[in-house]
Amino acid sequence: MTDATDTQIFDAEPQLGDYYALMKPRVMQLVVFTAVVGMLAAPIAVNPVIGFASILFLAIGAGASGALNMWWDADIDAVMKRTAKRPIPAGKISAQSAMYLGVALSGLSVMMLSLSANLLAGFMLAFTIFFYVVPYSMWLKRSTPQNIVIGGAAGAFPPVIGWIIATGDIMVLEPWLMFALIFMWTPPHFWALALFMRNDYDDAKVPMLTVTHGRRATRNHILGYTILLVILAVGTAFTAIGGWVYLATALVLNALFLKGAYDIWQRDEVMSEADNFAVERKFFRLSLWYLFAHFGAILLEAALKPFGMGGW
Amino acid sequence: MALRAEHEIHERRKGLNIGVGLMLGSFVLLIMVLTFSKITSPEFQIPASQAQGVGEQLTTGGTN
Repeated sequence: MTDATDTQIFDAEPQLGDYYALMKPRVMQLVVFTAVVGMLAAPIAVNPVIGFASILFLAIGAGASGALNMWWDADIDAVMKRTAKRPIPAGKISAQSAMYLGVALSGLSVMMLSLSANLLAGFMLAFTIFFYVVPYSMWLKRSTPQNIVIGGAAGAFPPVIGWIIATGDIMVLEPWLMFALIFMWTPPHFWALALFMRNDYDDAKVPMLTVTHGRRATRNHILGYTILLVILAVGTAFTAIGGWVYLATALVLNALFLKGAYDIWQRDEVMSEADNFAVERKFFRLSLWYLFAHFGAILLEAALKPFGMGGW
Repeated sequence: MALRAEHEIHERRKGLNIGVGLMLGSFVLLIMVLTFSKITSPEFQIPASQAQGVGEQLTTGGTN
């Protein structure tokens, strides 16, 4: 972070929508969805009011970490085309306001989640916010090409927290399988983005794999991680959160995903530039559906169980 | 004539202020509903220390 962001000129009064944008609403949607799946896939039913409040506090915590990330990364956000319109670089909110909001909402969300669900859930949320802001945003993002791999862990915690909200237990395999699914999915998802948004990371001097090890290495890594992800995703079908619906979903999507990664691996820069990175863009869009469908299938398996149909 | 002149900043920040007010109101309502749900759930137990006090009061009839 640089001082440049503190000396911006603000012409307009910030609106509520600007503060909402500061909380990365699209990331919050993913957090809410995966956490709800984690909570409902757990073997213990949650009181709907307690479940709703807990997921809301978890979403606020995710939003708080998003605000803190935007505060810290305001200087590089201003350089990258994809992030230049975020509230701080766009001059709508000061970096200091974002920091205050992030710290205040972090404290509130952790406290309220501890009260509404249990202390372990609150602790895990506090750890997730810390992990996203300090090791990822402040340290790894600007120092290692493995930033996405390790930072992806922060985005993988919500289903674990959802499970803890319901059970108060962390020492079982299933929530960690959901964690691993997001953790392994994150690198190919972001590396595909880095391939077709290439100037962004170069300009911002963020050491993405494309910048430090080259684009050939990134294509190799996408294929390598996708193979590991496919094994994990299909293997999850045979656990307590899997079943026929999940298995069918996983087989179709993993075949498509593996084909997409293979196509990316086969191409070089000349081929990609010729069609404006069509295959890389398609793989990125598919990756969004991939995660949504896997968690949707886990949710469906859980929803079918009371009728004697879900699971094995 | 109004007792207090409306400052320009009130008009400028009207949307934000209304939004924050509604959110705080919703937060209070949520805490109320959450508390009600918790104390009416079958798993709810009065904390041991306080339950002891209640017991003593019930058995001795004392107030302190």
